[in-house]
Amino acid sequence: MLDAKIPAGPLPEKWTDYKGHCKLVNPSNKRKLEVIIVGTGLAGASAAASLAELGYQVKAFCFQDSPRRTHSIAAQGGINAAKNYQNDGDSIFRLFYDTIKGGDYRAREANVHRLAEVSGNIIDQCVAQGVPFAREYGGLLSNRSFGGTQVQRTFYAAGQTGQQLLIGAYQALERQVALGNVKMYSRHEMLELVTIDGKARGIIARDLVSGALERHFGHAVLLCTGGYGNVFYLSTNAMGSNVTAAWKAHRNGAYFANPCFTQIHPTCIPVSGDHQSKLTLMSESLRNDGRIWVPAQKNDTRKPTDIAENERDYYLERRYPAFGNLVPRDVASRASKERCDEGYGVGTSKQAVYLDFADAIIRYGKIEISKEGKSNATLEEIIALGKEVVKEKYGNLFDMYEKITGENPYEVPMRIYPAVHYTMGGLWVDYELQTSIPGLYALGEANFSDHGANRLGASALMQGLADGYFVVPYTLGNNLADEIYNKPIATSHPAFEEAENKVSERIQKLMSIQGTQTVESFHKRLGKIIWNQCGMARTESGLKQAIADVQALKKEFWSDVRIPGVVNGMNPELDKANRVADFIELGELMCVDALNRNESCGGHFREEYQTPDGEALRDDANYMYVAAWQFADEHKWELHKEPLVYDVIKPSQRNYK
Amino acid sequence: MESDRTMEHYHMNLNLKVWRQPNSQTPGAFKLYRVENISSEMSFLEMFDVLNEQLIRDGEDPITFDHDCREGICGSCSMYINGKPHGPWAANTTCQLHMRAFHDGDTIVVEPWRANSFPVIKDLMVDRSAFDRIIQAGGYISVNTGNAVDGNSLPVPKDHADQAFAAAMCIGCGACVAACKNSSAMLFLSAKVSHLSLLPQGDPERSSRVVNMVAQMDKEGFGACTNTGACEATCPKEISIANIARLNKEYLLATLTAE
Ligand SMILES: Cc1cc2nc3c(=O)[nH]c(=O)nc-3n(C[C@H](O)[C@H](O)[C@H](O)COP(=O)(O)OP(=O)(O)OC[C@H]3O[C@@H](n4cnc5c(N)ncnc54)[C@H](O)[C@@H]3O)c2cc1C
Ligand code: SF4
Ligand code: FES
Repeated sequence: MLDAKIPAGPLPEKWTDYKGHCKLVNPSNKRKLEVIIVGTGLAGASAAASLAELGYQVKAFCFQDSPRRTHSIAAQGGINAAKNYQNDGDSIFRLFYDTIKGGDYRAREANVHRLAEVSGNIIDQCVAQGVPFAREYGGLLSNRSFGGTQVQRTFYAAGQTGQQLLIGAYQALERQVALGNVKMYSRHEMLELVTIDGKARGIIARDLVSGALERHFGHAVLLCTGGYGNVFYLSTNAMGSNVTAAWKAHRNGAYFANPCFTQIHPTCIPVSGDHQSKLTLMSESLRNDGRIWVPAQKNDTRKPTDIAENERDYYLERRYPAFGNLVPRDVASRASKERCDEGYGVGTSKQAVYLDFADAIIRYGKIEISKEGKSNATLEEIIALGKEVVKEKYGNLFDMYEKITGENPYEVPMRIYPAVHYTMGGLWVDYELQTSIPGLYALGEANFSDHGANRLGASALMQGLADGYFVVPYTLGNNLADEIYNKPIATSHPAFEEAENKVSERIQKLMSIQGTQTVESFHKRLGKIIWNQCGMARTESGLKQAIADVQALKKEFWSDVRIPGVVNGMNPELDKANRVADFIELGELMCVDALNRNESCGGHFREEYQTPDGEALRDDANYMYVAAWQFADEHKWELHKEPLVYDVIKPSQRNYK
Repeated sequence: MESDRTMEHYHMNLNLKVWRQPNSQTPGAFKLYRVENISSEMSFLEMFDVLNEQLIRDGEDPITFDHDCREGICGSCSMYINGKPHGPWAANTTCQLHMRAFHDGDTIVVEPWRANSFPVIKDLMVDRSAFDRIIQAGGYISVNTGNAVDGNSLPVPKDHADQAFAAAMCIGCGACVAACKNSSAMLFLSAKVSHLSLLPQGDPERSSRVVNMVAQMDKEGFGACTNTGACEATCPKEISIANIARLNKEYLLATLTAE
């Protein structure tokens, strides 16, 4: 059975106790230890900066031209922390509880509690770095609400929280680069993991400009390579986000946990046509003020502003009066799909619902008017002031919406539809964030650890930064303490040789196919299969079909893909082909996992398992475990189960009514 | 917003004149391409995707360009379109430019950023690592992980926080440099100096930061600022030129007190 190495003792004391007893590495020894960090998003940049500050020799990698551009930059709405600055009843326990419940009781208690414990330190650290969080007039930090909670614990910087947090971590990282403690490798892509005597000891990376393959040694390797949402082709992830690093680790023995747990975010700009290359999120924070509705009558083609109040169905407020528009994402997404499937959808595609700010504009306008002490303001004045307030809160999101759709959301409601957004699944890690390969760690979205079957909004930034700033600096030391006698291994070692050969053979093979179909066209087809059968609703027969389809697609890819250009030079099509080849294999495993899990939980909705009113029906007796898959052979995996034990929280059916 | 906006959906055929350059050592040249049946709802980069798919099928080398988020926040995309960095729309990035800005039969000229400090890597992709090195010279607050005090122990007046945020919105795209006839990086640099010097946390390193960052900027070969304002007019995040005035003041103060 899998051992997560969870420390003994009462839940609130586990982390304190661990820190008090873990092994330490003294400063002069740290300088002799080399750490490879792949990925410089929030998780990787925070880890790289923190470990370098401690004295480790860090080598950091990203495929963008600068760590400042990594996908984390796009996060919009905010970051949670149990500060209770609003005095509204928040606490570490409540953040812990909300996260476990939000994840539909499929996350590990000990990890989530630790996350809640360090959440406050993250905010302090970021403020000290100069992250310009939103503030109140008194100069103190401002908060807002996010889905799945009833307190205001989300810290934010307009709709650009990820940008500001990443810039903070990036600057800390660049400071360490300047000090010579971090060597930064931008425009590099990890294409293989090197293991020696069962331990992770390095990577093979491709310099994306020269095309050269490079060998890099590390006493430990940290994968902070983000999520795999782009397996669906269309998602809110950046174009380059990919699973390759994690997949190489998986093929080298690292278990992949809960791959079918993916998050479909309810509020994204709908697909406009076949040309679509990515989807754009409209932050969940908009659900603080926007009201979601569809016409009460099917196939209503009138303009939204012509549909009277009593002819609208505010279906989230109707179905979930306690949480209303702020139900968790999985619940909100399924509810939109249900309405659209029933024929109530809007827009040309009928695959959209409205997100309407008219009420909020009037509400804020009235508050402004009363601040100004006016008594007889006209409706126009109220609306004008209200728009100003909404603009300050969400201006950049509204601008983005208008640029993409050509419609002005201050005047007409936004049209939105669910889209792939985040992946809860990822490399299996223990309490120390170590994968099943010793010396190999996974941080941030790349691991599976904290969000169970559904992530709550504003908690990915929290987790990425918790892992990088406050968890791995302790847990890595605990293991590296035993490495201080081990000198760096020369990269002429046969294991490096073999790994590099493997990569170059694969590249040669890809380049030699010279078929007729582009990489992009394969990626699109993969995305369609996964979206249709392993998206918002899944069935046994659909998943079986999808597995067969993905296997066939894999054959076709490896016999008919066409990659132009050269091996020894810049070749973005080759890079894409490497990624898509791995996505295809992952796609199969996602379906295998979804088929294995004969229950519905969080974002994993098997149509066969639902309550009479259409909510997810868990099967705790049989599936209260983490499904950790070990790669055995092509199309073959072995399942390892990590039972989830709830000592403190009693699992129940999630209720947001 | 822009006047050329229309909700009507249409299709167009276009001529593209695109800069092709195999690498930094080899001189480049324009090449002509034609794309057909482009939807007005596409983004500019999606139009390039269509062109690249066409090139691959025809056995030609697709055009290399930087892009990642495609939502105007990562600062990767960087095309000089019809004589303007990021193209015709105000306060916009290349990836957020949509084809409804163009009409059937248009010819669109696309070039990389042109500045000595941003050498071309291939086609439309340039090397902007000089920006990272400017940040390394001092664009941070020196606070190790774990050193922080409670976030609310240091109140920051809302207008200072808002101004710092407005400067911190810079996405490091380099359009300001590409727009400037002197290839000056002053808008980029001033955005960072303003962000950090407007906050109390940034105060202790205020003098050394500005002096070291300016020295690094000069070392990278960026030109001098002659206040033409082209940077501000082109900046996708509307970073204000007032930041350059603040930078100059900070610099003066720092060098005066140092002497
Ligand atoms: C549009 C959007 C909005 C969001 N908003 C929020 C929000 O408001 N609040 C919230 O909490 N969460 C939000 N999220 C989720 C959150 O942004 C991500 O989960 C989080 O930023 C992931 O951070 P990371 O460090 O794990 O990975 P990433 O930021 O994805 O970084 C991955 C890194 O790995 C590198 N990399 C990957 N593969 C390789 C390879 N093979 N070789 C070398 N380098 C590699 C990349 O270059 C990059 O540096 C949002 C997500 C999206 C898409
Ligand atoms: S100042 Fe504006 S134009 Fe210059 S790098 Fe920053 S965002 Fe780009
Ligand atoms: S691709 Fe990220 S800003 Fe354009």
